[in-house]
Amino acid sequence: MKHTISVLVKNEAGILSSVCDLFSTRGYNIESLTVAATVDTTFSRITIVTTGDDVVIEQICKQLNRLINTIKVVELPKSADKCIDRELILCKVTAKDEARSEILRIAEIFGAKIIDVSPDTYTLEYSGDNRQVLAIITLLRPLGIKELVRSGLVAITRENQFVNLNK
Amino acid sequence: MSAESTVRIEKMTGARMFLECLRKEGVDKIFGYPGGVILHIYDELYNCDFIKHYLVRHEQAAVHAAEGYARITGKPGVVLVTSGPGACNTITGIANAYYDSYPLVVFTGQVDTRLIGNDAFQESDIVGITRTCCKHNYLVKSIADLPRVIKESFHIARTGKPGPVVVSLPKDILTSRMEFEYPEKLNLPGYNPTYEGHPIQCRKALKLLCEAQRPVIISGGGIIHSEAWMEIRELAKKLNIPVATTLMGIGTYPQDDKLSLGMLGMHGNYWANLAVSNCDVLFAVGTRFNDRITGCLKRFCKDAQVIHVDIDPCSISKNVHVDIPIVGDAKNVLNLMLHEYNTGKYSYDYNMRELWVKQIESWKLNKAIRAVENGIMSPQTVIEHIYNKTKNMDTIIATEVGQHQMWTAQLYKFNKPRQLITSGGLGTMGFGFPAAIGAQIASPEKLVFNIAGDGSIQMNIQELMTCVDYKIPVKIAVINNGYLGMVRQWQEKMFNKHYSQTPITSPDYVKLAEAYGILGLRITKDDEIDAALDKAIAYNGPVIMDFVVEPFEMVYPWVLAGKPLNEVLLSNLEKGE
Repeated sequence: MKHTISVLVKNEAGILSSVCDLFSTRGYNIESLTVAATVDTTFSRITIVTTGDDVVIEQICKQLNRLINTIKVVELPKSADKCIDRELILCKVTAKDEARSEILRIAEIFGAKIIDVSPDTYTLEYSGDNRQVLAIITLLRPLGIKELVRSGLVAITRENQFVNLNK
Repeated sequence: MSAESTVRIEKMTGARMFLECLRKEGVDKIFGYPGGVILHIYDELYNCDFIKHYLVRHEQAAVHAAEGYARITGKPGVVLVTSGPGACNTITGIANAYYDSYPLVVFTGQVDTRLIGNDAFQESDIVGITRTCCKHNYLVKSIADLPRVIKESFHIARTGKPGPVVVSLPKDILTSRMEFEYPEKLNLPGYNPTYEGHPIQCRKALKLLCEAQRPVIISGGGIIHSEAWMEIRELAKKLNIPVATTLMGIGTYPQDDKLSLGMLGMHGNYWANLAVSNCDVLFAVGTRFNDRITGCLKRFCKDAQVIHVDIDPCSISKNVHVDIPIVGDAKNVLNLMLHEYNTGKYSYDYNMRELWVKQIESWKLNKAIRAVENGIMSPQTVIEHIYNKTKNMDTIIATEVGQHQMWTAQLYKFNKPRQLITSGGLGTMGFGFPAAIGAQIASPEKLVFNIAGDGSIQMNIQELMTCVDYKIPVKIAVINNGYLGMVRQWQEKMFNKHYSQTPITSPDYVKLAEAYGILGLRITKDDEIDAALDKAIAYNGPVIMDFVVEPFEMVYPWVLAGKPLNEVLLSNLEKGE
């Protein structure tokens, strides 16, 4: 079962290693991980997608909380009416002859942007939830994906579900 | 601006500032070993009159000694070593303190900040290396951070679930200068240990304990950290509940008390293991349910309701499913429960409890039987003699790890906390002797014994010279059976008596003692034991006693690894696998 954990940490060197070490020493799996400073740049937000049963996820959250430099650990709700998640992908696709117009059609359907063009390729930029991202990749794959870069998931709760430093 | 505040405060070097910070934290003893990048601090120590430095012979021993000191005083032990090899040698000691939750602050030198990451001479990434074996660690990157980091380190080490904190001090930080100001307040928004147990949970726990027909208390090492031994005794007495202790909790409940079950676990008492296996409510305080006390997890307390008190939320429901979790400091939680009980709203069925206690009494007839009876001095006899000789003296017993450790835990009837110093979680051979040194330094008036195996003692035997230098009168009793006994015991039972690499030789300990200029004694017969102990105790200085004992003695009771706790072997005659 996939879980998304949002971790607010002090923006200090080494904290990312501590978080990753915690996963590796206990044999927990990281599916994706993103990190960047928050609005207050002395703090960073780490968004981790991981798998495990409820007992494992509870342990992960407790262990993350135990790190001295973590401020807050929240397991984000799974339902889309409580939480919004997005992933950014950059995808370089082989684009020759008829494929060029097919790629443009797919891009249009998904609302993806073409950010680079060459005689043989298109590079697309697209962001969406996990399902949408997988869908566009599935459609582009038969056309020949030369390179695919995914940002990993970021997520935010909907209004009134504050995931913030209580100050 | 007032006149005073415009007076220019003299700038101080990082090295000097380091000592001033220690002074602010009330540190007066440190254990260490000098080296290249840490020399500026050692230069400051040269004329320092408020800190006594103990020079060891190996950095690992410095950390163990600091832990021994922490175990007796309850205050963080402080270690100072150089970078690279000095820092790397501390790892085992740091991990040991982490597993047993004792407070340490370990300062390691580091190469110049400009050289970090360049594979400089004696550089090691100690922050990276220790990340998973310490409570927290720091690399000081600016002299402006130094006082704050040191203040935070001591705070983190001794609060919450105590543990070791590592601070890496680059050389240029120690030589640069700044005005010294020790921060008064801490700013650690991510570190807020829960001390108060939730009152509703505490009441629920108390109610369940009162309703229970066959309750058992497990008293763990957390009782020592939170200094809650009087509270656990009072609660046990008031509710008439038998108490088992973990290895780390030994001494939290007096073993001569009627309700005492002694130690439980792999080599715990038969009756303690049976009581825990047959209880209907288990009240566990300050233990993390290590596999050495649960045996087969699936069958551990499977019909019991479990109440678990721990200051570390991670320990709760990690190994054993808990019905009533209470996160908090044991002392506060127990006091809250006692206070609640004293309101008179709670009662329990006294007769039912007496039946349970009687049932346990009947199990107490099942004692371990010695494996070998051939007239050769047995290791258990030696430990029993040590107990009888020292029980009325103010004694601290340190052990190494192995058979002698388990026999000590079983046969020495500890009645007080902070009386047994032993490596529980990590199981570090070579821990006991340096830890005994630290304990003796912490309490010079006490009699300190290190009960050692012939394998373990050789792991840190170089510290004999430290004892000589500082006149530390630790009495070492080597239980010399010529084997790595605990491993041999497993080989005998489970590996067809293939004693692979377990026979181990020793130097002549009496001659060794002579070389160090201390007293050495060899004891080979039962009737020599008492006289030797008398001589050792009377001798004003360190002593090595070489007790040459029966090699094939086994530690019983024994619950084989992975077996349920109630499948206790009491002698060689029972079949294991």
